[in-house]
Amino acid sequence: MLTRRSVLLASAAVASVPMLARLGVRPAAAQTPANVLVFAKQIDDIISLDPHEAFEYTASEIAGNVYQKLVTTPNSDPASLQGELAEKWEVSSDNKTFTFTLRQGPKFASGKPVTAEDVAFSLSRAVILNKSPAFIINQFGFTRDNVAERIRATDPRTVVLRTAEPTAASFLLYCLSAAVGSVVEKATVMSHVQGDDLGNAWLKQNSAGSGPYAVRQWKASESVMLDANPNADHQPKVKRIIMRHIADPSAQLLGLQRGDVDIARNLVADQVKQVEKDPKFSVQYARKASLMYLSLNQKHPILSKPEVRQAIKLALDYDAIQKNIVPTTYAVHQAFLPAGLPGALTEHPFSKNTAEAKALLAKAGHADGFEVALDYFSGAPTSDIAQAIQANLAEIGIRLQMLPGEQRAVITKTRARQHDIAMVRWGSDYFDPHSNAEAFSINLDNSENAKNRTIAWRASWEIPELSQKTLAALKETDSEKRSAMYVDIQKEHQQVSPFVIMLQEIEVAVSRAAVKGFDMGPMNDRHSYTNITKA
Amino acid sequence: MSDTATSPAAAPPPGGPSGQPAGGRNRPSALRLRFQAVSGTLASIPITLFGLVLVTFFIGRVVPIDPVLAIVGDRAPQDVVEAARLQLGLDQPLYVQFWRYLGQIVTGDLGRSVMTSNPVTDDIIRFFPATFELATLALIIAMLLGIPLGVLAATRQGSWVDQAVRLFCLAGHSLPVFVLGLISLLLFYAHWGVLPGPGRQSIFYEGMVDTRTGILTLDALLAGDWGAFQDALLHLAQPAGVLAMFSLAYIARMTRAFMLNELKSEYVTTARAKGLSRGTIVWGHAFRNTAVPLVTVLAMTYAGLLEGAVLTETIFSWPGLGQYLTVSLLNADMNAVLGATLVVGLIYVVLNLLSDLLYRLLDPRVK
Repeated sequence: MLTRRSVLLASAAVASVPMLARLGVRPAAAQTPANVLVFAKQIDDIISLDPHEAFEYTASEIAGNVYQKLVTTPNSDPASLQGELAEKWEVSSDNKTFTFTLRQGPKFASGKPVTAEDVAFSLSRAVILNKSPAFIINQFGFTRDNVAERIRATDPRTVVLRTAEPTAASFLLYCLSAAVGSVVEKATVMSHVQGDDLGNAWLKQNSAGSGPYAVRQWKASESVMLDANPNADHQPKVKRIIMRHIADPSAQLLGLQRGDVDIARNLVADQVKQVEKDPKFSVQYARKASLMYLSLNQKHPILSKPEVRQAIKLALDYDAIQKNIVPTTYAVHQAFLPAGLPGALTEHPFSKNTAEAKALLAKAGHADGFEVALDYFSGAPTSDIAQAIQANLAEIGIRLQMLPGEQRAVITKTRARQHDIAMVRWGSDYFDPHSNAEAFSINLDNSENAKNRTIAWRASWEIPELSQKTLAALKETDSEKRSAMYVDIQKEHQQVSPFVIMLQEIEVAVSRAAVKGFDMGPMNDRHSYTNITKA
Repeated sequence: MSDTATSPAAAPPPGGPSGQPAGGRNRPSALRLRFQAVSGTLASIPITLFGLVLVTFFIGRVVPIDPVLAIVGDRAPQDVVEAARLQLGLDQPLYVQFWRYLGQIVTGDLGRSVMTSNPVTDDIIRFFPATFELATLALIIAMLLGIPLGVLAATRQGSWVDQAVRLFCLAGHSLPVFVLGLISLLLFYAHWGVLPGPGRQSIFYEGMVDTRTGILTLDALLAGDWGAFQDALLHLAQPAGVLAMFSLAYIARMTRAFMLNELKSEYVTTARAKGLSRGTIVWGHAFRNTAVPLVTVLAMTYAGLLEGAVLTETIFSWPGLGQYLTVSLLNADMNAVLGATLVVGLIYVVLNLLSDLLYRLLDPRVK
């Protein structure tokens, strides 16, 4: 009783440090245990850990470490496809039937081997559940009704997929390498079914995978704990991963400096700069498949003039914006396929040229400039970037009316096509050029009731020809030719589109110097923990 | 606390409303009046909550964020978006939507949060204990320090002690909580290393204590894990201390004002003339009379703490109601916002009611 009261009093008197010491109450050891790796990360985006439902950054990353897919891409050469669960695959001559042969060896955390039945069940499950990421698989013509006959296990090691249309193998394989292609253990999942949820309620917070780790516990907005899967074919070096939700970047940095955190994931540009030169830490960068761009609404009579669009592209000082505002967290990028994705175009045709931009405006009949509204997210660093854009455009006479807002409010506005200019971010949904190509360069129906409301539709940009070109690239079965077609499309797109693509996001991870081997990829589900070591 | 609260309310007026018993003319009518006052307050609860739901609901619907966006995401095909819109009933007129929502909450169903995809009730049950734990400890600290400080300042009005307390209160009240939080982290965690960093527990204890109440300190005690209890308490120290600092300033300032008022009264002069000791005068007489207004101050401070402190929760990575409410709001997750607002509203109403009841216990004149 007495001790309890004194402990209570002790915490009441937080200011009196010596008192705490006298009581012998000590905070936990400053170094993390040797077989546990601690991430500090904003993890409140996790809604579900079910790989056939999760579509958020953190949950995709976890899925990538807990589950295996038929195929994957190594981060050392992201364009090349490798079998993960599949040993080999064959494509029929009509490009509609894909036959996968499974490797022998991969085992679920339960100890049971991964069978073709599990693979067929998992892919069908994604289609039947029809949650947010399901469209990645559904675009091959799978539906709740036909999936039983189109995705089949023909023997314990063979899975056959039949697509509705002739399909480029690379397109299908890249899509299957997304987190939604994760293979779950049928028996375990089915033993937790509630109603017709296919085990969704259970798999939201648990796991049944064959990846190097298994989910031990998830506390929303608090922590995720993963333990090594004892039966995995690639044993991870660190036995336990703990991801702690530390919302504030300064607190993440403090944790890193104290040694309570091994890798901090959300440091901001200033803090990265601060630790970059410190030998106690190592900084790691990975180009992320996420772009920041301006969408110029083509409903606006002035913005729809080609000269005006071009003038805006030439007015911005991309390099200065990148260097001064986001030196470590963004890179200049000007095409719709981000660096790291197959078919990416990394040329920068635009740089600040005020004279030419002014001349173009004059040619369009706006020598005195005009006024137009800019919608953007009011947080950092977008608000600083917006101000730089305002200053750049003012130099050629375009007066921006600044409309800062919440992220979702800005998106809502662009989806309703009510913006003039909007600064928005776009992350690729899956590791195939089509993800972004469809968004930025397909708009077959520009009416208000269109079914497919792509980014191009949201800018009210009517492009019957470019859309067809983009669809042709999708159908090209020769992967080299296909990549080349995307490069061509981007070169045209860069010049004619109403999108001013400015920056590509860079993901930064700062670790203690002794921590090595965190493998980061262009998509979140490619961040691998398997080879992390702590000296 | 709930025992003292319910007993006057539950006590039936002797003899019922119509029959006046013969003996003791004053007593029964006083009780009856008290009962009426309490039942009057109780009756006002639904009206207050209705108003709250009404205002929150309509504010939520005029926010320029499409709620469907939070459910199906930015990438869903148009037919999925439309289906979600229909499912939410967003195609209906506002009053129909409101009527539906009311019908739902009357049956105790707060709906499902689109962001966490859990029933809102489950979310609140998960997030509220963290806030409750933090707020309660913060209030205890603020009370234990704030009241003595206030009394001390009042009894030495104008002296350096008084000036110091006033300066302290001014600083505590005007320093932004996030500055205080970061300074605290820098000193106690990063520099001296005497207190643990953000979060509710150390990695070592992660997953070792079963969740029963959600109040980590209590769960650790129930599990008999002394180490986990100490760890949880130490993690509480900084956020609770920072929150307490803010409340403490207010409590001390109000206590000082109330005490000054009392110490100027004639009964204090009389007591002094009769030769009562200083301690008896200050604590036995003057302080007892400040109890009534002080209860209101404490109740409202507590309510303010219980609605969750977004900034403190963010800095110390405390998964509480404040963060939940803010994130829900930014995502136009209206079920979650309405649910959490209702809970906050309920807290205010209940604490108001409790302080009303406490008045009646503390001050025999309130009838």
